[in-house]
Amino acid sequence: MECSNNMTIRKYITVLNNETIDFRSIPVLEYDEFMEINLLFLKNANNHCVNYFGIQSDDKLILICCIANDSRARIKLTRTEVEFGQDKIYPSMTAKNLAFNMFEREICENFGVKYLDHPWLKPVRYPFDRFTKTSLISDYPFYHVDSEELHEVGVGPIHAGIIEPGHFRFICKGEQIIHLEIQLGYQHRGIESLFLQKNKLLQKVTLAESIAGDTTVGHASAFANIWESLCGYEPDEELQFVRTIALELERIAIHTGDLSAICGDIAYQLGNSVFGRLRTPIINFMQSWCGNRLAKGLIRPAVNNYPFTSELKASLLKILDDFEPDFNEMIKKLFHNPGCLLRLEKTGVVTYDQALEIGAVGMAAKASGLNRDIRTSHPFYQYKNIDHQPVIKHHGDVFSRTQIRREEILQSIKYIRSMLDNIPAHNQRNDILPQPQRNSFTISLVEGWRGEICHCAITNENGELIKYKIKDPSFHNWLALALSVRKNEISDFPICNKSFNLSYCGFDL
Amino acid sequence: MNIVLILIVSLFFTGLVNRTKSIFSGRKGPGIFQPLKDIFRLLKKGSVYSTTSSFIFRIVPSVYFSTVLIAALFIPFGGDRGLISFQFDFVLFAYILALGKFFNIISALDTGSSFEGMGASREALYSMLAEPAFFITIGSLGLLTGYSSFYQIFNSIHYSASASPVISYSLGMLASVVFMFLGLVENSRIPIDDPKTHLELTMIHEVMILDNSGFDLGLILYTGILKFALYGSLIANMFFLNSTHILINIFIFFSLQALFALTVGTLESFMARFRMNQNPQFILMLSSVSLLIFLGVMIITGKI
Repeated sequence: MECSNNMTIRKYITVLNNETIDFRSIPVLEYDEFMEINLLFLKNANNHCVNYFGIQSDDKLILICCIANDSRARIKLTRTEVEFGQDKIYPSMTAKNLAFNMFEREICENFGVKYLDHPWLKPVRYPFDRFTKTSLISDYPFYHVDSEELHEVGVGPIHAGIIEPGHFRFICKGEQIIHLEIQLGYQHRGIESLFLQKNKLLQKVTLAESIAGDTTVGHASAFANIWESLCGYEPDEELQFVRTIALELERIAIHTGDLSAICGDIAYQLGNSVFGRLRTPIINFMQSWCGNRLAKGLIRPAVNNYPFTSELKASLLKILDDFEPDFNEMIKKLFHNPGCLLRLEKTGVVTYDQALEIGAVGMAAKASGLNRDIRTSHPFYQYKNIDHQPVIKHHGDVFSRTQIRREEILQSIKYIRSMLDNIPAHNQRNDILPQPQRNSFTISLVEGWRGEICHCAITNENGELIKYKIKDPSFHNWLALALSVRKNEISDFPICNKSFNLSYCGFDL
Repeated sequence: MNIVLILIVSLFFTGLVNRTKSIFSGRKGPGIFQPLKDIFRLLKKGSVYSTTSSFIFRIVPSVYFSTVLIAALFIPFGGDRGLISFQFDFVLFAYILALGKFFNIISALDTGSSFEGMGASREALYSMLAEPAFFITIGSLGLLTGYSSFYQIFNSIHYSASASPVISYSLGMLASVVFMFLGLVENSRIPIDDPKTHLELTMIHEVMILDNSGFDLGLILYTGILKFALYGSLIANMFFLNSTHILINIFIFFSLQALFALTVGTLESFMARFRMNQNPQFILMLSSVSLLIFLGVMIITGKI
């Protein structure tokens, strides 16, 4: 913990990734001051908003804003108290900085906080306990243009492929997309409140694994970090090793699957089938390690049930040795095929300014030249020992996002190989985790394959969870997709969508 | 004669294309008759109609099927005329096919779906662009031979006084390329369209038949295969030998159809589809190839 000493009055508190602090030590500011300081933080491109949420306390609403400083590996926390459901109207931060857009919409939806100058407080999802019960999914206020030349195309929520539900409303001029609006929230499961209801740790960690099925390791690790930190437990080298390997394997598997899907969308059959085949041994390795191809059951707080044996090491090395040459050959074919490049290049461009403005994270940010990688900026696990250099591309198009996948896969293979040289011994732990600390606040940032995952937890005076806040990278990045397809052809939308591969359920929670 | 052969080829044409694609992607792939079995399965089912569609939507599959069948009657086979044959019959041939397409388009619009309208407008644009290529090619061949019906043109192309077989066969090759790609355009195959995709927004032909089901869908799918075989038989006509045993011509016919299917399969395995706005360029390129044929004919016949 490090306080801002240079000011006479403490305006914010800075913490490290996975650090637990006393909730009461976060300074309470007046709303105006709170707004001013957070907007000021975001003036610097090294800072970005990782989470901003509300928690109800008696008749007040406490708002907590977490701004990560990527150059100094610190997270700045501020809080304020506002009235809600009253006539009191607050100025919105979104009017000054678009990065707060989704967060303020969410706060308004859940608690009925009124904003003066928010551009459009649309529903985010349709929670059971939303403040305004009259807003229904059937009367979502779509952006609408009255025009003879423009026409609307609605896609979803039920799609032709077996994917998750989400509605896309295009406003097109002929074949060209003028505007895309994405409406999500169809599979809101109330995960955040389930975390408070489920008392057993096993139930909680299983919930964390199912926040987004394709990021099982990422979300489960974030939860494990939070819980261990709350209980004052320091994960040993073996736990860190297992989670790092699992995170990198998940990255390889999903990125390879994405490459296959991208090839499928441009009807490049060879890439589609070869990348699909390459993904299988990786997820099968997960199966042989922990009994589940998506690594469910592998990550548990303070315990490792699946020791990484030397047989597993040998089989993983064999799999990677077989994977690499085939992967390199196929990716070379793909990147040298003019027909494929024609489809990928200059399609779905997100500029650096756009990515920065909307607070994009992960691959969506890195493709536009914006360096957002928690593995470097807020290192955790074995990333502290790996000198990780994020893969940054500058064109912001589908091709950049494809290239990032290639390079991250090769990077992950390199990291796994170097980690396998030094496998920590398996500890038979019988530690029983103590109760979580009282009145505490913990924030955990994990770089999943899609980007930064942020979990926050707050406990009460009995050490029970009173708030569990989840933020999947998709929460920031859906807007990047909507911006990327403007001025593109409507027939290029699927390939843009696939190049982001965002999570519906990670957003819907 | 020819119609029977076209029907036989249609039994295995798509199966052959699919099998080629599977083998190139390292899979064993379905049997050659699988597409046909699927169609039979569909033909046994009833159709579902939406409440917004009118009688047009119901009659179109049959109209579409019959137009292609009628068009097939125009095509001669070596020494045999087609069942329908007269001066300038190729004009009617082209417009009977276009009639089927027209009905397809209004049926798509009839459903009132925004996807189908999109597909209809694409299909209309591409077939409009493809039309000149067909007429210039067949017209040039007519100019070369001095005749004006399919039967006479194909029968005399390699035996006219003005051109040596070397030249006429090379013109025939060029014309085959035009017909092959026209076949791809008309059947919405890669690189113009992707028949395998599930993404409505990128489809052309597939999106127009999204609302069709059961018997209607089976009929439309079969018509697609028939159309492929139709273009294949146009190509085959360019290479028949006159005054030889009919079995040899039948052999030529089947090998050329198989070669056509293999080429399509190979193209689809190693090519990505074009971006939608590049399709018109590609289709107009076919017209320029046909102009090349026209120019060649003009030179040979000494008109320029």
